[in-house]
Amino acid sequence: MSYEQARTLIGERFTSAQVDPGTPERRSLGEGGPLVVTLPADQWLPFATFAKETLGCRFFSFLTAVDWKDQGIDVLARLDNLDTTVSVTMKTRLAAGVSQCDSLAPVYRGANWMERECYDMFGIRFDGHPDLRRILLADDWQGYPLLKSYAVDTPYPPYR
Amino acid sequence: MTSATGPTVVELDYAGGERLTMNMGPQHPSAHGVFRAILTLEGETVVGVDAVIGYLHRCHEKLAETLTYAQYPSIASKTDYVAAMTSEFAYVMAAEAIGKIEVPKRAQYLRVITAELQRVASHLLWLGTWCMDMGGALGGGATIFLYCIREREMVLDLFEKLVGARLLYGFFQVGGVRYDIPEGWAQSCRDTIDQIEQRVGEYEQQLEENPFFLARAQNVGVISRELAEDVGISGPLLRGSGVNYDLRRAQPYSSYEDFTFAIPVETAGDCFARYRVRMAEFRQAISIVRQALDRLPNGPISSRPGLKSVAQTRIPKGEHYARVEGPRGEVGCYLVADGSAKPYRMKWRGASFSNLAVLPFIIPGHKVADVVAIMGSVDPVFGEVDR
Amino acid sequence: MAVKPPVPVIPAPIWRNFKDLQEYEEHRQRRPEGDKHSSLFESITEGIHSFPGGFVVTTPADAFLNWARKSSVWPVTFGLACCAIEMMATFCSRFDVERLGMVPWASPRHSDLMIVSGTVTIKMAPMLLRIYDQMPDPKWAVSMGSCSNSGGPFRHGYHVVKGVDRVIPVDVYVPGCPPPPESLLNGLLLLQEQISHFKRTGVRADPNPKVD
Repeated sequence: MSYEQARTLIGERFTSAQVDPGTPERRSLGEGGPLVVTLPADQWLPFATFAKETLGCRFFSFLTAVDWKDQGIDVLARLDNLDTTVSVTMKTRLAAGVSQCDSLAPVYRGANWMERECYDMFGIRFDGHPDLRRILLADDWQGYPLLKSYAVDTPYPPYR
Repeated sequence: MTSATGPTVVELDYAGGERLTMNMGPQHPSAHGVFRAILTLEGETVVGVDAVIGYLHRCHEKLAETLTYAQYPSIASKTDYVAAMTSEFAYVMAAEAIGKIEVPKRAQYLRVITAELQRVASHLLWLGTWCMDMGGALGGGATIFLYCIREREMVLDLFEKLVGARLLYGFFQVGGVRYDIPEGWAQSCRDTIDQIEQRVGEYEQQLEENPFFLARAQNVGVISRELAEDVGISGPLLRGSGVNYDLRRAQPYSSYEDFTFAIPVETAGDCFARYRVRMAEFRQAISIVRQALDRLPNGPISSRPGLKSVAQTRIPKGEHYARVEGPRGEVGCYLVADGSAKPYRMKWRGASFSNLAVLPFIIPGHKVADVVAIMGSVDPVFGEVDR
Repeated sequence: MAVKPPVPVIPAPIWRNFKDLQEYEEHRQRRPEGDKHSSLFESITEGIHSFPGGFVVTTPADAFLNWARKSSVWPVTFGLACCAIEMMATFCSRFDVERLGMVPWASPRHSDLMIVSGTVTIKMAPMLLRIYDQMPDPKWAVSMGSCSNSGGPFRHGYHVVKGVDRVIPVDVYVPGCPPPPESLLNGLLLLQEQISHFKRTGVRADPNPKVD
């Protein structure tokens, strides 16, 4: 499967999605780059299922978020097809004040820890996650460090 | 067991029905770092694992937002500190892709040489510590450990001559590398890799003729191909599960398409398969270093001038996910730039984080003694897990 | 049996005349509860002191015991971060700290020295303190690397303790990021120097010892 075919398939199935070529991994190879698919939040889980079953992107690379301050939070996940090296980055924008997103854990087992990390760092609650608790920080930690409103040197008693 | 008079305090059933919760870590001689596993045991068999990580969370992603593109690469080496070169590599590659910065051919070759030497050093440390976990410090496992560290020191000497540091380098910069190879370095590098190649063969012979080693490694911790892809594990673990996928081949970066090398693949998916893959990677890495030294082109080592102006490197608006094939797998850096001298957001995709996430799926069903063998074969580096 | 007058007066022990030995004895009796030596060590020292004339050789006995202590400092194998790799290299083939009598030991309950090798995070600090508490007295700590000295490059991070000395007392600080094995070796030699000045009372050595 090439990037062209993948684009067509995504365009047919998800009409509300916006498909862009990302920054090409190597500019000398004009492959069309990894696809960046921007989705409405309700298409998040269906698209993951589609990517796994139709596009063959069975490799779960990572899931993370970007805080755009008052414009909300981007949640993005990257999926790879290891046989044809087609990569899809799926993206959705949560409006400011919204911290609910569908969980990919039922589709990809690798999303389990990644979503726990995302919850830990951004406070995004993933609906349908089997075990959503903090993973890197202690359970009683206050605040979500990777939000832009959290200062990097926020003190934590008693050690600071 | 509950009697008619009331519940007893401790439920003991030596037939195997009782479950015991055992804590392992964070200070554990074979945990390879600060890892805590809460094991649920039935007799000697593990039935459940809860992995507790985060003991080395050093706020890399938040700190990267406060450090410039010239400052961060030397901090990036502290994520995967056993293979510092590859983590710097991923960061500068992401910045170069967004900024459309060309890298001179000589710098690309120097990057390949250091990354492959780093792979040799990292696998040597893995082999030593894994054998020590399985053999015990006083049970003969220390032999391979001491030998492997001896060879690793030879590689570190090369890095010390090149950069001046032994473990964490800061060798990469946006646009190239910081130092050119000194005089006579290429020859001493050739001598070193010749010696290592010969000795790795000796270790292989020692280990594979040892029935205890085989008994502890074969059919232990089997990862199926489906599980491997689903969890997103990469590197030698993925190739040990029968997936022929290596970023150096699938998506060649930094002139990897110039070199001929094989990608070792094993289909068994157990600890022994992962061991075989890594032992074959030693030889491939050494062969890549030889080819790169043979064909090392002349020219500048960086497309950007010296350090002072690199401090003002500005990267235009954009985002990119750059990934390199580290010794532990796909080391990725997702960078969002906003046009200033510092990134807006940076995300490390640590290979060890995803590799470690497979433990709860493969450990249940094994004995407690196999837990250390499986964990050692996963080869986690906790700087990269917790970041 | 009746004693005929004049009753001989038994002279007070000679050490009562020396001020520093008085202080020494006072210190010994006031030793805090939690700072006891192992019972074997206790019985050896008690034996020496109750031996006729034993008090006279108190100082040489301490020098001997401190020599014994400094020659078998067993560090607990406790690696935290990057520096742990350099610590392993120090324990291994080339640098071989075992020739100084340092056997890396996997249990804190049988070790004398903790080399804090790496960044101490807020999640790790209670664990570190617990491992330190598990070590029997007398015990020492070496802070290895910038991160455990002061927080180092991660000092501004929200999850990083700014120096391990906020958690446990530290005897020797080894600078560097990471310190090369030579540097750590120098730190360990300094620690041995310090142990040889270690008082029997459990107080740490004077930071500015008088040099003859």
